[in-house]
Amino acid sequence: MSLLIIVALPFLGALLPGLMNSAGRAACAGVTFTVSLAAFIGLLTNLPTVLAGDVVMARVDWMPALGLNFTLMLDSLGFFFALLILGIGLLIIAYARHYLSRDDNMGEFFTYLLLFQGAMVGIVLSDNILLLLVFWELTSLSSFLLIGFWKHLPEGRQGARMALVTTGMGGLSMIAGMLILGQIVGSYDLSVILQNRDLIQADPLYLTALILILLGCFTKSAQFPFHFWLPHAMAAPTPVSAYLHSATMVKAGIFLMARMWPVLSGTPEWFVIVTTAGLVTMVLGAVIALFKHDLKALLAFSTVSHLGLITMLLGTGTAFGAMAAVFHILNHATFKAALFMSAGIIDHETHTRDIRRLGGLRHLMPVTFVIATLAALSMAGIPLLNGFLSKEMMLEEANHTVLFDVPWLVPALATFGALFSAAYCFRLIWHVFLGPVRDDYPAKPHDPPAGLWMPPATLVLLVVVIGVAPFLAEPFVKLITASVLGDAAEIPAAHFKIWHGLVPALFMSIIAVVGGLVMMAVFNPALRLWDAAPRPEAKAIFDAITDATASLARKLILPIHDGAFTRYAAIGSVAIFAVGYHAWSTGSIGFPTRTPQPASPVFIGGWAMLVAATAGLVLMHRNRFLSLILIGIVGLMVSIGFVFLSAPDLAMTQFTVEVVTIILLLLALNFLPNHTPIESTVLRRVRDAGIAILGGLATFALAHHYLLREAVSTPISEFHLANSYKGGGGNNVVNVILVDFRGFDTYGEIIVLGIAALLIYALTETLLDGPVRARLLNRKPDQARAGDTHPMMMVVLTRVLLPLVLMVGFYIFLRGHNEPGGGFIAGLIVSIGVVMQYMASGFSWTSARLKYPYHGVIGAGVLTAGLTGIGSWFVGKPFLTSDFTYVRIPPFEKFELATAAMFDLGVFLAVVGAVMLSLESFSRLARRAHTPDSEHAMDIDPSRVRPAPDSAVFTRGDV
Amino acid sequence: MEILVASAIGILTAGGLYLMLRLRTFPVILGMSLLTYAVNVFLFASGRLTVGAPPILRDGVTVYTDPLPQALVLTAIVISFGMTAVVVMIALGAFLGSDDDHVDDRPDGADRQPGGRS
Repeated sequence: MSLLIIVALPFLGALLPGLMNSAGRAACAGVTFTVSLAAFIGLLTNLPTVLAGDVVMARVDWMPALGLNFTLMLDSLGFFFALLILGIGLLIIAYARHYLSRDDNMGEFFTYLLLFQGAMVGIVLSDNILLLLVFWELTSLSSFLLIGFWKHLPEGRQGARMALVTTGMGGLSMIAGMLILGQIVGSYDLSVILQNRDLIQADPLYLTALILILLGCFTKSAQFPFHFWLPHAMAAPTPVSAYLHSATMVKAGIFLMARMWPVLSGTPEWFVIVTTAGLVTMVLGAVIALFKHDLKALLAFSTVSHLGLITMLLGTGTAFGAMAAVFHILNHATFKAALFMSAGIIDHETHTRDIRRLGGLRHLMPVTFVIATLAALSMAGIPLLNGFLSKEMMLEEANHTVLFDVPWLVPALATFGALFSAAYCFRLIWHVFLGPVRDDYPAKPHDPPAGLWMPPATLVLLVVVIGVAPFLAEPFVKLITASVLGDAAEIPAAHFKIWHGLVPALFMSIIAVVGGLVMMAVFNPALRLWDAAPRPEAKAIFDAITDATASLARKLILPIHDGAFTRYAAIGSVAIFAVGYHAWSTGSIGFPTRTPQPASPVFIGGWAMLVAATAGLVLMHRNRFLSLILIGIVGLMVSIGFVFLSAPDLAMTQFTVEVVTIILLLLALNFLPNHTPIESTVLRRVRDAGIAILGGLATFALAHHYLLREAVSTPISEFHLANSYKGGGGNNVVNVILVDFRGFDTYGEIIVLGIAALLIYALTETLLDGPVRARLLNRKPDQARAGDTHPMMMVVLTRVLLPLVLMVGFYIFLRGHNEPGGGFIAGLIVSIGVVMQYMASGFSWTSARLKYPYHGVIGAGVLTAGLTGIGSWFVGKPFLTSDFTYVRIPPFEKFELATAAMFDLGVFLAVVGAVMLSLESFSRLARRAHTPDSEHAMDIDPSRVRPAPDSAVFTRGDV
Repeated sequence: MEILVASAIGILTAGGLYLMLRLRTFPVILGMSLLTYAVNVFLFASGRLTVGAPPILRDGVTVYTDPLPQALVLTAIVISFGMTAVVVMIALGAFLGSDDDHVDDRPDGADRQPGGRS
């Protein structure tokens, strides 16, 4: 099966559990299991190639310009991890099916689990390091969701956040490290990077890249000093702990160290950093684990300790160390996942994980006892179980490792760690299963159904088989070691054997086991000593650091980002000005190449009116109604300017938009205060004027500069002029650009317009549903109302005008392809015609005569335009390719039929719908406010003028 | 003529910026409208100024103005209507909900009594 499918399967499958949720728990787990199984089998189909020592590749170019390609690679190391992820994943899914209670949302759980599984498989199969980083972050995110799965538990939420912060921070630094690595080599493909050991290690940035990448690995694999998040992540449901925190996610950092081993290891820096971190983590984790009373916390710290062990082995930089590390990854995954699942079983059956409340379970839960004991003994390093073999190899390697020039340091610490490791394993067996049967368990313990004990039993079977017959695992482990080593070293010749003779490692092993037993004998006094000793609490330190960081960020950001819009606008304007000034003063400015054109008196007159209106607007903006009139003049002058400067289409659009905008602002002003009070100080107004003048001068200078110069490169407009008639069949080049050359842009824009209108509609609905509604109903108008709300003259006139306006709109629409006009302008004209009816005859009267809701009109417009675009697919052309022909129907003249006209129809409908929906929403607010809307159009109120307070009698019932 | 168009752009920008820095929603909306005019004219002017040569193809005519900025500005005008409408609606909703049409969370210096928080 293609690697792409293997990686994609869990992600695609993640959609299924949520869908199957209502079909029952069995179906939900079943579909998840099937998806994983399919990926697992797909992986196995690649086994022959991998066994032959070949590498399977799959490649899809994603963003080649960035060096980011979807390249997957399957060698024996990747195969090994993928096998662990998918294989243990299958067992976990089966286990979780029985573990989760009926209150848990199973679909949600399995969706997260599959997302996580896909991300993990992605990491181990990525050949591109940028792609690897994407998957790496995905595992952080999905594990956040899984750890925090029990959202009601504060520990779950806090643990999830701590894990995300820690691994996320590591992920960020790793991105930096990987980018440096890619820059050194000149490629982001792992297969290329792995060939360039000397180049990388000779680079001055090697140490920086190494530290950054190791930060990522150490945080993910919970290495000292980042080990603290893993125990807190144990608030997750046990299947998650077993899957993420023993077998897979915490191994991602280890995996990356192994993957990068050929190019990063072997230097003194690597040796000191990695070996020290691993050694400290191993000893620290083992000591803390011994004194934990929570079963899962004990296992969590033991995991930390074992991850340290593997890290230390990779750190030594020798081929034998790498082989021991690979072997221990395998062994640890088997016995630790089994132990976690056993802990889950005990929790499930006795309702407690506190070791002090357990004991004597061997009689009550014999099956669990056998499984857990075998796994724990393997972890303790007892012969005939797999843990013994890799632990011997570890001790052997430690014996040859000299750190800081002290020959006894590493062997002594390794033995010390192994001693505590054995001790906590014995404690687990002793205090949970041995001893007398108690009568105060929170629940009556008994062995679980087979669904719960089968998955760990499968793993324990592996533990025993590898332990008894290590030669079975040897070829596989050596094959993986070969791909870890790459070309950097030869595979060690040593064989996996139970009996190596009386070597030092054996004596160290014996010391560890005997010492562990002694430790158990003096456990109670040791515990008292431990409880009395002062220890730093990781969570408190972590909280203090995050709080300090957050408050620092607050201190830095809040003075700038204080919620004051005017401040943002001022800072933004000044910043843009500064950047522009920098460009202006550092760039080169050529001489003018165009001669200024003379201005006619009419043009100067128009300019003077525009300037006067703008100045008046600024000076008199406190009178809001007056400022509305002034901005209307500005708009009018701009439209006339467009007429003058050869832009008839723009002029028509600006003019019609001006009309609807003013109507809209008038409707809004109906509610807003009609005066702006003086609030700002003189100093502030001077400051604002300064900013405004700066901005004005800058835009003036920029506009004046380029108006007098030709474009730096040839404009593309020649193409549009040349092809408008030939290719688009229209003489109006602007319209042809809109509906044909850049039709896709226009399509996007009518959608945006439609969304804006729907947003306004939604806001109105929300307002009318909320407390605002009552306020609107009780609102008293601040001015006297007109006596005739629907003046007869206006009603008659608008009705006579309506067909005329529609005809003009129709005409403007049809001629749009060849003469100024088109869908946008026609849409605006028709909207104005309809708005006139609202204004003259009233809201109720007009709405009662509307056949189609405006949302539908918007939708019809977007659909028409979209379907026209899709139509070109059927003739094998790209989206929105237009076509046209000329037809002649006597007695008319020859005319053109273009598919672009259909598209323009869509534009027309969308514009009408959007404009009308916006204005209608505003007038609905007005309607609810104070006027009882009459159903009759021409109502003449005999009372002539109704004073404002009278309107209070029109209460809700009248509306 | 060039200097007139350029100065119109500059004056519209200055007026727009000044109004945008006011404290109440209505002048801010007007300021944004003025800025919209300025930006639209600015974009339009990037095709340089031509009098009496609209981009409507005619037999025998060879000089046309640049049609592309016009097409871009045309949609910009329509979209800016939509955006103005949204901003007005938000301003109106905020005012109706709180009886307060200030744009800032905290006005600097001014001691403000929100009238209608009942």
